[in-house]
This record gives sequence, C-alpha cells and structure tokens, in this order.
Amino acid sequence: MTIEARTAPAAAGLPLRIEDVTARFPTASGAVEALRDLTLEIPAGSFTVIIGPNGSGKSTLLRLIAGLLGPTEGRVVIDEGTGPRAGDGRVGLAFQQPRLVPWLTVTDNVALPLTLAGEDGAQARTRARVALERVGLADAADLRPSQLSGGMAQRAGLARALITDPQVLLLDEPFSALDALTREGFDGELQRLWMDRPRTVVMVTHSVGEAVRMADAIVVLTPRPGRVAKVVPVDLPRPRPATLASNPAAAHIDSSVRAVLAEVHPSELTPWLDR
Amino acid sequence: MSRFAATLLSLAAFLVGWKLLTVLTGTPDYILPAPEVVAGRAVRAIGSGLLWEHTAVTLTEILLGLAVGATSAVAVGVALGKSVVIERVLSPYIVAAQSVPILALAPLLDIWFGGGLLARVLICALIVFFPIAIATMVGIRSADPLLVELFRSLGATPAQRTTRLEIPSALPVIFGGLRVGVTLAVIGAVVAEWAGAGSGLGVLINIANQGLFDTPLMFVALATLAVIGIGLHGLVVSIERRVIVHP
Repeated sequence: MTIEARTAPAAAGLPLRIEDVTARFPTASGAVEALRDLTLEIPAGSFTVIIGPNGSGKSTLLRLIAGLLGPTEGRVVIDEGTGPRAGDGRVGLAFQQPRLVPWLTVTDNVALPLTLAGEDGAQARTRARVALERVGLADAADLRPSQLSGGMAQRAGLARALITDPQVLLLDEPFSALDALTREGFDGELQRLWMDRPRTVVMVTHSVGEAVRMADAIVVLTPRPGRVAKVVPVDLPRPRPATLASNPAAAHIDSSVRAVLAEVHPSELTPWLDR
Repeated sequence: MSRFAATLLSLAAFLVGWKLLTVLTGTPDYILPAPEVVAGRAVRAIGSGLLWEHTAVTLTEILLGLAVGATSAVAVGVALGKSVVIERVLSPYIVAAQSVPILALAPLLDIWFGGGLLARVLICALIVFFPIAIATMVGIRSADPLLVELFRSLGATPAQRTTRLEIPSALPVIFGGLRVGVTLAVIGAVVAEWAGAGSGLGVLINIANQGLFDTPLMFVALATLAVIGIGLHGLVVSIERRVIVHP
C-alpha cells in the first residue's frame, strides 16, 4: 500500500519501504508473531501515523525501521539502499518513555547522540542548547531528569531525537504520558517543528484525534500478527488547529478511521471510540 | 542533637560501660584493662614512636592491598557482569578462594611470594577482592534495559556502553562493596602479618599478647586498627557522596 505525501511543504527526508515483513520473537510463553507479511511504502518527507490497539505490533514496526530489530522475513529498505542499522545516523527515535540518563544533566542527555558519535563535548553541548531552545526547554538545560515534569522530560527526549537532524524521525507514542490538553499543545509544536524542517516522520499513537491532527496518512494495523488493514489519507491543509475536530472533513476522516478500527478489532474493548 | 554530638555521646557511653565492667567485675588489667589504662599506654606508645612504626607498616599494606584488590575486582566484576560464560568459568574459583579460610591460605601465599610486603599486599587484596567483584557484577547487570536499548539505538560501541552506562549505573552498588572491602582489608593486613612479618599492628598484637603480656598495649593496637577501619570507611562514604549523583 502506498501513501502519498500530500501536504508536506517540500520533499525532504528519506523514503522507507517495508517489504513483506514478518517479525517473530521468542518469549517466556512461546514464540510471538508481532507482524506478518506487512508491506508499506512511506514517501520521503511524509508524516505517517500508525494506529492500532496494544499488541498490534506498532512498536515492533518502529524498532524494525530503527534497526533495533531485524525482520524474521522480508526486509526494510531506507532510501532505496541498505536496511537500517541502529545508530547509523539516518534514523532518530523518540521512545514512549523519555529514557533520560538520570545522572546526566538535561543538556548532556540531549548531547548524548553527538558525544557517543565522538563529537567534542563543548561543541555537542552548544548544539544541545540550541536543540533545547527549539523545544522550549532552554531554562531546564542544567537540571537533572528527576527535576523535570513529565512534559519537560518528553520535550528533552524529543530534542535528543532531533539533535542529529535525522532524515527519518520515529516517534513511539511520544506524548502518551501527558494529559489531553498538554498533548494537544505538543501536537501543535511538533507540527510546527516538522513544517519548519520537513523530514520523514513515522509516529505511533492510540489516539484517532491525534492521528487526524498530525498525519498525511493514517495506517491502521490489524490485531496480532499485525498487517496493514487500511491506509487512510488525510488531505487537510496545514497548520491544523487544535479545534480541527469541528471541521467536517476532519470529522469524516476521524469516523472512517474509527470504522476500520471497529471492523478489524471487533472483539477488543475500543478505547478510541471515546476519544 | 547534631550528628557529631550523637557520636560523641555514644563514645562516652561506650567508655563508661567499659569502665563500669572492669570496676564491677574486678577484672585485672592483664585480662581486661580499664579504658584509662589503655589510654595511658597509648600515650606512651605514641611518645616512643612504637605505635606509629607499626601503624605505618600496616597502613601501607592496607592501602596497597585495597588498590590492587579493588582495581582488579572492578575489572573482573565488569567482565563477569558482561558475560555469563566468563561468570560460569570463573565464579567457582572466585567463590572457592573466598570460602577457603584466609588464615589457612596466608602462610602459603607468604611462602610463594617471598614473605615480604608483596605477599602481605596480595593477601590483603585477596580478601578485598570478593565483595567488590560480586558487587560490580551485580551492579553492571542492574543497568536499566530501556537505557541499554537507547544506547543501542544511538549506535554506542560496547566500550561506550560499559563506560558511559553500565559502570555509572553500577557505582552505588560498587561503593557498597567497597565499604565492606575496606573493613576486610584491615583484617587481611593483620592475618598477613601473622603469617610472617617483622612489624605491623598484627605483629604488635602478638608481641604484646604473647611476648610481653602487655594487654593494654594489645588494646592500643586493636583500637588503632578500629580507627583505621572507621577512617577508611568514612573516606569511602565521603568519596561516594561526591561521585554519585543522586537523582
């Protein structure tokens, strides 16, 4: 299935292709097949949102693209070339939990990708301060992670993912720990960051509303083993406001995504229905 | 009440209790000398240079033994923590070396390594090794798996993972092992001296106890060992406070 980059301001970032990917891994209770024969093409510079309930293999898909996990079958291709390799600099990953190193300052945490790559400490810190400014966290530069609120920690995690200016940015429910209002604000900021500096973004979420606000295309996954149930294009102008839900076109997309979810996850409790 | 006052008070209570025990039981000085007798003996031993002469020897053994023991224990502990294979291969020997009484091993090591300072430093290092190595191994494995994956996603090399994630994660536990280690180092030095040495606080204990029947002098030597142990322990704690960032 192919997604078209409809509203990206300029082509940037790298294209991704996921070809017939199956991912199985052993667990204590036997082998789990997280994904089966999943095929997806993600164009350069598009904002793709992956949606589906827990256990539909969303995080596994991001790990495959990040090179943290190898597919059991099939392959992942970045930029028509080689597959991903963890830490090769093309992909930035913001985890569900901010995963800040507790004994480092916020600045040193954000600078971590650079210092691990061998960049000089002072220069890395200077760049980290710039990245912190971009996510509105300049005042917290010298704090420790334990001194941050949940939202500040998420921002720091995002700044760390952005600091290498990766061509592909993967976001695994980056704002899931936040309350709904704060989250809407974050979505707006993320959209602004992406419009300022377009790149390929793949974001995982549970929230249909968030998906419609952010995406060029929404990819709905089936229950485990995950496959693509449907790709719903979101052809709405940007920047999209927080009040987008009142827009009839947006409401239509929202309900069609919910319809697909209800269809492929009939037996599931459907928490997305009330969001 | 300040911490200093509490310490002082507990010391005073200890001395009063000791004095009462000697008075109430009427125990003679050659079995249990009263505190002021020991204090008087200490003043004389310090004045004559006798105490310092032996303390310097023992302190040297302890510090060198700690340096050798702790450094190798951290290195081996990192290897044990990183590799289950290395743990399987090495741990029987490490546990065996720790289980065999150091009192029995010390005379052997003394013969093998020529009976000099080297032998005593090695005996001291051996007894220090185990708690620090085990603490390091446990600490290395306690690194947060989410941070391990983060480092992997950032392309950290195995060496970077060890130095920048696993060892910092292990530091609180390593310091715990080090606290146990410094007190064991004091015991190790005395045991090593008993296996064959011409000077040191262990030797002084033997001379006072068995040669001179100078029980107060033996107590002076024991108290000095205690002070060394407390001092080193305090030093480790203060380094720990400086090194570890408490989140």
